[in-house]
Amino acid sequence: MGDRQNRTVSAVEVQDLTVAYREQPALWDVDLSVPPGVLLAIVGPNGAGKTTLLKAILGLLRPVAGQVLIFGQPVEQQRRRISYVPQRGSVDWDFPTSVLDVVMMGTYGELGWIRRPGRRERERALAALDQVGMRELSDRQISQLSGGQQQRVFLARALVQDADIYLMDEPFQGVDALTERAIVTLLQELRAQGKTVIAVHHDLQTVPEYFDWVMLLNVRRIACGPVSEVFNEQNLRLTYGGRFAMAAFAREVEEAAPAIVTPDRSRSGGGNHGAGAA
Amino acid sequence: MALALPDLALDYTLRTVALGAMLLGLSSGVVGTYAVLRRESLLGDAMSHAALPGIALAFLLTRSKETAVLLAGAVAAGWLGSLLVNAITRTTRVKLDSALGLILSVFFGFGLVLLTFIQKQPDASQAGLDRFLFGQAASLLRRDVIVMGAGVVAVLLAVLLLWKEFKLLVFDPDFARVLGLRVRLLEVILTSMIVLAIVVGLQTVGVVLMSAMVVAPAAAARQWTDRLGLMVLLSALFGVVAGMTGALVSSLTPRLPTGPTIVLVVSGLVLVSLLFAPNRGLVWNWARERARRGQVRAEGMLRQLAALAEHHGSLEHGHPSAVLRASGWSADQVVQVLHDLESAGYVRQVSADRWAITATGMARVRPATEGDDLSDGAGHPAASRPEGTGEGQS
Amino acid sequence: MTAPQIEIQLIAAIVAAACALPGAFLVLRRMALISDAISHAMLLGIVVGFFLTEDLNSPLLILGATLTGLLTALLVELLNRTGLVREDAAIGLVFPALFSIGVILISRYAGSVHLDTDVVLLGELAFAPFDRVVVAGWDIGPKGLYAGGIILLINAALVALFYKELKLATFDPGLAAALGFSPAVIHYGLMGVTSLTAVGAFDSVGAILTVALFIAPAAAAYLLTDDLARMLLLSAGLGVAAALSGYWLAFLLDASIAGSMATMAGVIFGLAWCFAPERGLLAGQRRRVRQRWEFAQRMLAIHLLNHERQPGAEPELQVEHLWQELRWDREFATRVVSLAEGRGLVTRQNGRLELTDRGRLLAQESLLA
Repeated sequence: MGDRQNRTVSAVEVQDLTVAYREQPALWDVDLSVPPGVLLAIVGPNGAGKTTLLKAILGLLRPVAGQVLIFGQPVEQQRRRISYVPQRGSVDWDFPTSVLDVVMMGTYGELGWIRRPGRRERERALAALDQVGMRELSDRQISQLSGGQQQRVFLARALVQDADIYLMDEPFQGVDALTERAIVTLLQELRAQGKTVIAVHHDLQTVPEYFDWVMLLNVRRIACGPVSEVFNEQNLRLTYGGRFAMAAFAREVEEAAPAIVTPDRSRSGGGNHGAGAA
Repeated sequence: MALALPDLALDYTLRTVALGAMLLGLSSGVVGTYAVLRRESLLGDAMSHAALPGIALAFLLTRSKETAVLLAGAVAAGWLGSLLVNAITRTTRVKLDSALGLILSVFFGFGLVLLTFIQKQPDASQAGLDRFLFGQAASLLRRDVIVMGAGVVAVLLAVLLLWKEFKLLVFDPDFARVLGLRVRLLEVILTSMIVLAIVVGLQTVGVVLMSAMVVAPAAAARQWTDRLGLMVLLSALFGVVAGMTGALVSSLTPRLPTGPTIVLVVSGLVLVSLLFAPNRGLVWNWARERARRGQVRAEGMLRQLAALAEHHGSLEHGHPSAVLRASGWSADQVVQVLHDLESAGYVRQVSADRWAITATGMARVRPATEGDDLSDGAGHPAASRPEGTGEGQS
Repeated sequence: MTAPQIEIQLIAAIVAAACALPGAFLVLRRMALISDAISHAMLLGIVVGFFLTEDLNSPLLILGATLTGLLTALLVELLNRTGLVREDAAIGLVFPALFSIGVILISRYAGSVHLDTDVVLLGELAFAPFDRVVVAGWDIGPKGLYAGGIILLINAALVALFYKELKLATFDPGLAAALGFSPAVIHYGLMGVTSLTAVGAFDSVGAILTVALFIAPAAAAYLLTDDLARMLLLSAGLGVAAALSGYWLAFLLDASIAGSMATMAGVIFGLAWCFAPERGLLAGQRRRVRQRWEFAQRMLAIHLLNHERQPGAEPELQVEHLWQELRWDREFATRVVSLAEGRGLVTRQNGRLELTDRGRLLAQESLLA
C-alpha cells in the first residue's frame, strides 16, 4: 500500500475492481487511475460494462472485489466532491416539477436532512442554468423539454453540486448539434477550472476532439491513457474484436472530422461507428 | 333520507363519521401521490388485502376488538405483504404484477379462513370484524378517530419534514444515493407511510377497495397541475371531499356500504379530471387538436392563394373559392376558412366569391427570415407562476 | 368420504385446473393484475345478469359477465392510451369503480333477490352439491361440475389449438405480429378466456380468490420449469393440489373452503420458492457458495494475467499482499490460492504467484465469455 500514497493523489483510483450481476461478471479486475484535471472518455462496445464502471465508482453498486478511491478516500467520505449526470432515460420526465426545481436537487446533499433549499440555493441553481443557456426556461415543466434541453438540465444539476469530479453517462446521447457544442464548451470550462470529468461515450469519432484521455473497456481494461498514446487501431481492435470494420474507421479517426455529428438514436441501437456491429 | 344541516352539525355519529372520512381522505391522498408517481399504484392493493389476516390474527391472539389493537395487526400484516412482494421480485424471476396478485389473493384468502374460523368459535362474538371487508363508517367511534388521527399526523409530519428527500427519491433515486441520502431508509419510511394511510382507511372503506383511495385522488390531482406541492394538496383535497361525501351519504342511507360509495365518488372526480382538466384533459386536448387542424387548413389555403398570386404576378387578381377546393374540403368549409383569414387580415374579398391574398398574407407565407414559431410559449399559467409556494423558502 | 365431499373436491379441482391454464399466460405476459381487475369488475356483470335472469347458471348471465370482463380490459387499455395515467394506475382506477357499483347493487337489492355479498365474493363451494342437473328425472350430478368441466374443456381446447400462436406472441410479440398473428386478437382472446373462466370460478371460489387460482399455481410452475408445455401441465397440477389440500384444510378448521384453497395455493408457491431444484432459494444459495470459489479462482487468474507483464507490479503478485490488493479476507485469499494451486492454475515461487499455462487459458477464456 505504502508506495501508492507517495504518488500524487489520483482524482479517481480504481483498484482490481470486479463487479458481477448475480453470477454474471460485468467487470473483471479493472484498474484505473485518473489524474485531476483530465477529461476522460470511457469507450467500449455495448455490454462492455461502461455504465457499470461509472456506477461502481459512484458507489451505487457493491463490487465483488477491489475498491474505488476518490482523492485517496472511499466514496462514502467524498460524496461532496463527486457529481453525477445519469442517462437521460433513467428518470420519468413527466414528473410534476419544474426545471429550476430539478437543478436545485443538486444542493440537497449539502443541505442535509429536513432543511429546505432557500434563496441561496435558488441563486446557485439559476447561475448553473445560465451556464447551460437554460435560464429563461427555469419555470418550465420538465416534460416540455427537448432531449437536448433535458440533458442541459441534468448538467446544470451537476454543476450546482460544485464538485471536483463529474461522472457523466453518455452526455451526448440523443442531443441536438447545438447542445453538443454547448456541452463540449462546458467540458472545456470544467477542465480549465481543474475539474475532472469521466464520461461514458459512444461516438468514437469525436473522442480525440472532445477528450484528453480515453479508457478502452470491454469487461476488462484494454487500455487507458492520453488519447494520443492509447487511442489506436490495435487497442480498438482488442476492444471491439473482429467485428470491427477497422480500415474505414482508422481513417476517420485520423481525420477526426469534427463537423459530422451523428446523434445516436438509442443506446442499444447501432448507428455508432464500429460499436453497432454487435 | 333526511339530510338536514342542523342534524349534521349536532349529530355525534355524523360528526365522528365526517371527521374519520376526512382523515382517511387526507392521508391516502397525500401518500397516494408518491405511490402513483413511483408507479406503485397497486402496491396499496396488495397491502390492503394483506391487512385482513393481520386484523383476524390480532383478534385471535388478544380477543380484543379495540380498534388500535386490530389496526396494529393490520400494519404488521401489510408490512409483511410488501416485504414478501419485494423478496419475490428480487429473488425469483416472477415479475412484480404476479407477485402483487399472489400476495393479495393468498393473504386475503388466509384472512377469510381466519374470519370463518373465528365465526365458528363458540365463545367469540366476532361481529364487527367483517366491517373491515367493505367498511362501515357508521361504526366509527371517537376512540377510532383518535387512533386514525395519530396515523395521519405521523404521515403528514413525515411528508412535511422529508419533503425534498421524498421528491428526489421518487424522481431520481440513483442521484439521491450519489448525494449521500439514505435511500433505503427513505424507502422504508415511504412504505410505512403507505401502510399507515391504508390502515387509517380500513374501517371506513374496507380492505377490498382501500387501494382505490390511494390511486384515485392522486391520479385526478395529477391532471390539474404540474407541480408536486400542488399535486399533494389537490390529491388530499380530493380524498377529503370523496371521503366525507361518501361516508355521509352512506351513513344516512340504509343498506349502502361505505367503501363502495366513497370509491364511486372518487371515481367521479377522476372522470371529471380526465375529461376537463385544463392542458391535460381529454376535452381540452380535443379542442386544441381541432384548433391546430383548423390552423393547418388555413395555412394551406393561404399557400394556395399565394401560389396563385405569384402565378398571376399580382395581388389584385381575385380567385373564386371553387378553385381552392382542391383538397377535398366542402365549399362551406372553404368559405368559412376564407372568412377567418380575412378577419385576420391575410386575405381580402375582392368581389362576391373572389378572394385574393394581402401583402400581410404574403409576408406570412413567404417570410424573409425564418418563420415565427407558433407552437412555442404562451399559455402555461402554472408554469409562469412564481416559484416558491411549492418549495417553501426557509 | 361422502358423495357430496367427493363432488366438492371434484368441482374444486376442475375449477382450479381451468384457472391455471390462462393463468400461466397471464403470468408470462406480465398481465397478472388484469386478471385481478377482471375478476373484481365481473361482479357487476354477474349482479346485473342475475337481476335479469334470476339464475346464476343462465347462459345469458355468463355471457354478460364475460363481456364485463372484456370491457374492463378494454377500459384499462383505453385509459392507458390517453397517456394521462400509467398502466398500473389505470388498472387501479377501473376495477374498484365497477366493483363498487356491483357491491352497492347487491346491498341495495339483496332483500329481494337471492344473492348476497358473501356468496359472490367468497363463493360457497359447500352448497355446490345441492344444485343438481336433472335430465328426464335422472339426477346426473351437480351443476357446478358441468359448468367447471365445460370451461376446462374450452380452455384446454383453445390452448391446444392455438398453442404455437400463444407461445410466439408471449415470447416474441414483435415476430408474432410480423408473421400476421394480430397481437390485439391474441390479447383480447386471452382476456375473453380469462373472463369466462373467472365467471365459471366465481360461483365456487368467489370473485377475489379466483385471482389466487389464476396466479399462484402458474407462478409456482414458472419457478419449476423452463418449458411452456410443461409449465401449463404443472400449473394445472399444482392448481388441483391446492384445491384438494385446501378442501381438507377447510374441513379440519371448519373454515371457508375458498379461503383455504387460496391459502394452500400460497403455501405451494412458497414451497416452490424455497425448494425449486434450480431457481429456489435453497438451490440458489448452494450454487452461490459453489460459484464463489470458482469465481474467486478465476478472479485470481485474471488478476495475475493483468499484472504479470506490468513493470512495478511486484506487490500485485505477492501471496502476502494478494488479499490486500483484492480486498479479500486473509483466510479467504489463502484458501483460494491453495484451491487454485491444487487445480494447477498457479504455482508459487519464493512467495510470488505465477500463472501456469492452464491458469492463463482459464483467465483468457473468462475474459472472452
